[in-house]
Amino acid sequence: MPWIALRMLTGDRVKYFGLIFGIAFSTLLIGQQATLFVNLMLRAASPVYAVSEADIWVMDPKAQSADATLPLPSNDLARVRGVSGVEWAVPHLREGGSVRTSEGRLERVSVVGVDDSTLIGLPRVLEAGVRRDLFRNDAIMIDTVGFDRLFPDTTATGQELELNDRRALVVGRVDTNPQFTSGVIFFTRYSNALAFVPGTRNRMTFVLVKAQDGLDPRAVARAIERQTGLKARERRDFAWDNISYIARSTGIPFNFGTTVLLGIIVGVAIVGLTFSLFIRDNIKQFGALKAIGVTNGGILKMVLTQSLWIAAVGYALGSALTALFIWGTSGGAQFKGFFLPGEIMVGVAVLVFVMVILTGLFAVRGVLKLEPAEVFR
Amino acid sequence: MSGAGTPPAPGIRRQTETTQPAIRVEGIRKSFGSGDTRVEVLRGISADIDAGKLTYLVGESGSGKTTLISIIAGILFPDEGRVSLFGTDIYDLAGNDLVRYRLKNIGFIFQQYNLLPTLTAAQNAAVPLIAAGMKRAEAVERGAAVLERLGLGQQVNRLPRQLSGGQQQRVAIARALVHEPRLVVCDEPTAALDAASGRRVMELLKDVALGADRAVLIVTHDNRIFSLADRIIGMEDGRITHDGATAPDDAHSHEAQP
Repeated sequence: MPWIALRMLTGDRVKYFGLIFGIAFSTLLIGQQATLFVNLMLRAASPVYAVSEADIWVMDPKAQSADATLPLPSNDLARVRGVSGVEWAVPHLREGGSVRTSEGRLERVSVVGVDDSTLIGLPRVLEAGVRRDLFRNDAIMIDTVGFDRLFPDTTATGQELELNDRRALVVGRVDTNPQFTSGVIFFTRYSNALAFVPGTRNRMTFVLVKAQDGLDPRAVARAIERQTGLKARERRDFAWDNISYIARSTGIPFNFGTTVLLGIIVGVAIVGLTFSLFIRDNIKQFGALKAIGVTNGGILKMVLTQSLWIAAVGYALGSALTALFIWGTSGGAQFKGFFLPGEIMVGVAVLVFVMVILTGLFAVRGVLKLEPAEVFR
Repeated sequence: MSGAGTPPAPGIRRQTETTQPAIRVEGIRKSFGSGDTRVEVLRGISADIDAGKLTYLVGESGSGKTTLISIIAGILFPDEGRVSLFGTDIYDLAGNDLVRYRLKNIGFIFQQYNLLPTLTAAQNAAVPLIAAGMKRAEAVERGAAVLERLGLGQQVNRLPRQLSGGQQQRVAIARALVHEPRLVVCDEPTAALDAASGRRVMELLKDVALGADRAVLIVTHDNRIFSLADRIIGMEDGRITHDGATAPDDAHSHEAQP
């Protein structure tokens, strides 16, 4: 009977393609929006993931995220270094600044000060320049997306910029994912950053820590908190703190959630209506099958087969379109680093299959209640 | 044959053979609706129908013949009474057992054919076999063989919309016969056919569906085919009012709809 069910389904071309389109569109809408949401949220964690060497981030006790924190006095660095289990600890600065381009245009930028001697805090991959170039006077490196925004016509470095009224020399391009709050990131040595960014005497935003080999970073973080009174977060925990902070303090989850909900509603509406129409159009045939000797269980299997087929084909098409969208846009500055998480597509698959099966079961109720004798009337 | 609990109507024959009839209905009552809207459609029908005979059920619209054939075919439960097909009391069968009994023992021919529009003629004919679990290729082959017998050998791969009304009816007959059921029930099988096609279909049905242990029961208004019947049962107002080899006198005035 599954074969007959599929022939019934695929033979009605208009409704068949309508159902496939409905599911594919719904999959695309849900998958694409969920992917954009997740990737945007991951950008909130980008400052943390960009520093792969550090296990622990130490900050002011009131800090909530990489961009919502208070600076620390410089002696906190020594206090952290004195905690048992700390392999090394380096200062890290994150501040805002204004840059004037050669055309006289002003841009807001993030200035990241990395350790003077080890350059810990500078992402590993450079698209232009070498790491030691950052030891030059007034040297800065710019993330690739920010570089393209400031210098859209060239990939060459060596330009001079005015950063907070001080000369800055561009010596490299850094391959790192854009951050949630700023499109342009300047990396420079910590001592340079202090000079670039005027402020109070306390300007060390974070202390980056490596736990000694064999020690649990979370345990070391707890030890730092106990001994210094500062807040210390294991790297992944702090990444989640950043994501959670953005999710709490913006309407992004609600906006994307609304669109995902619309995707579900569109899917349910199109599939539900079309499926109901399909069943209604075939009610006499289903009635005849029941009279001939197909049980309600058999009818249910037929409709489930049809549902699963629609869900599988529609989902395959929709997820291919989603992948195509992400692949096609991830090269651009706005979507740089965006990827299609497997978990999202698994989640969308579950959602789509449940949605289609439920609408199928809803649509088939009339057939299950149908008296076979109706076909004689 | 007679209404139960009442003396036989004039001219109505009661089956007295000791051999088991193909169909035995006893005291069938059926009503629809409730309260003020309750309508009693069958008022205590009893009848025996033998195998090997083409039996017609005739009567005005609303006389109860479609309800009776539905009950005999096991697709509508009576309020009262018993139906025995070839010795099996079908309403004693539980749930799906009755469905399976129909699948094995009863062939259906519907007025509107109710063919699956996306299946070919041979595939349509094979539906009862596929539903019974036979492998598709074998079932379709057997469906095609029955169509060949019915003179549709050249049309086995055509879809219903590519066939004439008479050809579609023959596909429906093939579907009703492919699993060699013991009882074939037909609802107005010639209503949508012209006189010649209707007669050919009935001759075909008589030729291929009847046998020593097989019965055919037909609901019809079509007086053009009355002469082919072995037995005609007339119904009126939920009761049997005629039973004979010929139609009741007034039945000849009812023409099949074109």
